[in-house]
Amino acid sequence: MSTALVTGGSRGIGAAVAKRLAADGFDVVITYVSKPEAAAAVVADIAAAGGKASALALDTGDAAAVTAFFAEHFKGVDLHVLVNNAGITRDGLIMRMKDEDFADVIRVNLVGAFTCLREAAKIMIKRRAGRIVNITSVVGQSGNAGQANYAAAKAGLIGLTKSAALELAARGITVNAVAPGFVETDMTAVLSDAVKASFAERIPLKRACAPGEIAAAVSYLASDDAGYVTGQVLGLNGGMYM
Amino acid sequence: MSVAEKVKEIIVDQLGVDAAEVNPDAKFVDDLGADSLDLTELIMAMEEEFGVEISDEDAQQIQKVQDAISFIEKKKGE
Repeated sequence: MSTALVTGGSRGIGAAVAKRLAADGFDVVITYVSKPEAAAAVVADIAAAGGKASALALDTGDAAAVTAFFAEHFKGVDLHVLVNNAGITRDGLIMRMKDEDFADVIRVNLVGAFTCLREAAKIMIKRRAGRIVNITSVVGQSGNAGQANYAAAKAGLIGLTKSAALELAARGITVNAVAPGFVETDMTAVLSDAVKASFAERIPLKRACAPGEIAAAVSYLASDDAGYVTGQVLGLNGGMYM
Repeated sequence: MSVAEKVKEIIVDQLGVDAAEVNPDAKFVDDLGADSLDLTELIMAMEEEFGVEISDEDAQQIQKVQDAISFIEKKKGE
């Protein structure tokens, strides 16, 4: 059975993706930073459903830690799927945004995805097969006031996706991005009701996205059926951005 | 196995070419049909096999089979 690695897999979209890929038959490895108990709960849920999973601590924003992580845990592992999901937000208007708020978001959301992708590609290239799915965001496509750092990182992920798709296509590795709109997770739970209402108003389908719907898209892109799909950005945004 | 034999084995394995084609003067790109990704994989495979680090500058100088053998022999001799 081949392995799927989901970064930031303890909560929200990452947890839903981990559960779905386990149900699809992958040995799933999730990484977490701040919530070991949440990660353990995801692993337990997967095991209870008859799947296989493990959880490991990893700050994807720490490049040296990522390299060490792959060397320690993925030597000889049949890694078929990488889902770059780990992400943080540090929202604020540009004029009040601190240097570190911008840098931290780029470091975790974009540099972290790059480092994981590079290390995973070294394994996948030898296998002559692999699926990489980067979780970007609709705001990387549309922009969003108050999220200059997050939108820049997520737009960067789209460029990374397309470039990696071109470089790795010859080795049977596909690289795609999933761009969620407004998804109900811990990340969006902190938003005020007014902000949530303004989102709902801008969503033609008039509802938030469920994490399981994102997981279904990732499941497809990770499957054999999606072998001819690469370099694409699959939007799940309720029609908010077309 | 000598360095030369091991390097040739890696080349055959990475580029999927016939061992008979891998003579010292064979050029990776022109004679053995390697593209840039093949060359990168080749360099990485040699780094792994011989436990050496090959900088991008050095890698650019490695164009023929003999270049690779000589480079590794020199590195290992240091």
